[in-house]
Amino acid sequence: MTEPVLRVENLSKSFGALKASNEISLDLRPGEIHALIGPNGAGKSTLIKQISGNLQPDSGRIEALGRDVTALDTVARARLGLGRTFQISSLAMEFSVLQNVVLGALGARGRAFGLFRNVMKDKALLATAQEALTRVGLHEAAQQRTSDLSHGQRRQLEVAVALTLKPRLFLMDEPMAGLGASGSKDLTAFLERLRHEAPILLVEHDMDAVFALADRISVLVYGEVIASGTADEIRNNSEVRRAYLGEEEQA
Amino acid sequence: MGRERIFNAGILLALLLVPLIAWKMDEPFLITLATKVTILALAGVGLNIALGLGGLVSLGHAAFFGIGGYAMGILASHAQNYEPLFSWPFLFEGSNQMPLIWLVAVVASAAAALVIGALSLRTSGVYFIMITLAFGQMLYYFTISWSAYGGEDGLSIWVRNEMPGVNTLDPIQFFAVTFVILCLTLWSAARVAQSAFGLALSAARQSEERVETVGLAPFKLRLMAFVISGAITGLAGALFADLNRFVSPTMLSWHTSGEIMIFVILGGVGRLYGPVVGAAVYILLEHFLGGISEYWQIFLGLLLLGMVLFARGGLIGALLGREVAHD
Repeated sequence: MTEPVLRVENLSKSFGALKASNEISLDLRPGEIHALIGPNGAGKSTLIKQISGNLQPDSGRIEALGRDVTALDTVARARLGLGRTFQISSLAMEFSVLQNVVLGALGARGRAFGLFRNVMKDKALLATAQEALTRVGLHEAAQQRTSDLSHGQRRQLEVAVALTLKPRLFLMDEPMAGLGASGSKDLTAFLERLRHEAPILLVEHDMDAVFALADRISVLVYGEVIASGTADEIRNNSEVRRAYLGEEEQA
Repeated sequence: MGRERIFNAGILLALLLVPLIAWKMDEPFLITLATKVTILALAGVGLNIALGLGGLVSLGHAAFFGIGGYAMGILASHAQNYEPLFSWPFLFEGSNQMPLIWLVAVVASAAAALVIGALSLRTSGVYFIMITLAFGQMLYYFTISWSAYGGEDGLSIWVRNEMPGVNTLDPIQFFAVTFVILCLTLWSAARVAQSAFGLALSAARQSEERVETVGLAPFKLRLMAFVISGAITGLAGALFADLNRFVSPTMLSWHTSGEIMIFVILGGVGRLYGPVVGAAVYILLEHFLGGISEYWQIFLGLLLLGMVLFARGGLIGALLGREVAHD
């Protein structure tokens, strides 16, 4: 078996009496999509934040791309090759779409201390930015103001910014949310191709997308991984049905 | 963008024409007023880099303004009294040369901004406002008790400092010096706003986690912005001291920080020419309304209130509308 790209070991994080992460262990292997599902409040976002470096775990360790990154901050982890998309869009809303992607390209370059050259005339940055926009299908909206984008377009832009970083693994927090049926179908097809560039740890509520894409699925309930396995194993797991899928079917 | 450019050019032209006409009509007071607007606008352009571009609400910029002022006061007072400032490693008797004074003012205020920024930028929001205010007040009280340089009474310089090739005693020539500096600074600030650094800094104001996620450190960007901002405000302080031929702790009081911030907010936060418009309106109000009533600041307050409530983009925003995403 190839060495996993990301390995989370016994990760715990509490907020007061609430155990948001309880001894979580999981890994992400090259070329795979590992989906993380669970009801609201199960601790999915808390886990993603710890992996991306926004939150420090109370205990446990995180290894990414062969390095122990537990003590590194968000910036260092991003430099290492973690590409993240947010559940709630965190784009620069006053910028044009193109400026947001150029910012990503600038980050990939690793320094932003040029003081006098017009950054929007930097050919190398623009090429990277345009390529990323084209790949997610947003190139025609390049000059629009980001705050004028639809919810779905913002999602696409989130992915485009992550692409400019040429990450070696993706953390995607609900990229399908609010996309609509055809939008999530497009994105599903896109992620299916993207996995070959870098594996994806995918938090998603859209079960059609999860079962279509995921090689493995981990189910998180009350901060604990109650099951982990292939799509079929998860679908037939009685505990999962009771805790999560079953509830949805009844609802 | 086109409309704003024309508007900006008009503002600069007016700022240039008023003193020229005053010079022709032999009204030196008007020239002095225009020079004051120019220098205060420069201080505002400095603050605007931190406040407008970086979103850093600093209520301590009077510290840099004052450091610039005292750089001028200390260098010039030693020169006028023929007392060496230091004799090791070489004898230095102060200076009355503006370029050297400016250099010292810029370096000293940048260094102060580096220290104050490195400590203050670990906080954000209200805490950042409070801690910059605290640093400003610390330096204010320090200058009050600094008896070697006049303490509370400040320092008077008898003759305005010199500049090679310019007769600075002539009001219109001194105005020209300040006007050229303002224009150069505005041009540089425009370049910085469009640069890689400007893009990243502006992004950090809009979404900190976005900037972190692309692998750039917001703290470094902000610290650099704070240093550039402090240095420009410090340069304005040195010029302001030279305009009045006087420095006192008042330059460092938090009222001064508030005034500089008012220039920016009145004109339009983040608008390149906002501080120029703001400083001009402020000085005009002070001059004309101040002649009618000593409570003129009531009207300033009302204007400011109106701006904040109804025109978030300041006067420029009210006149020209939302800024276009430029590229």
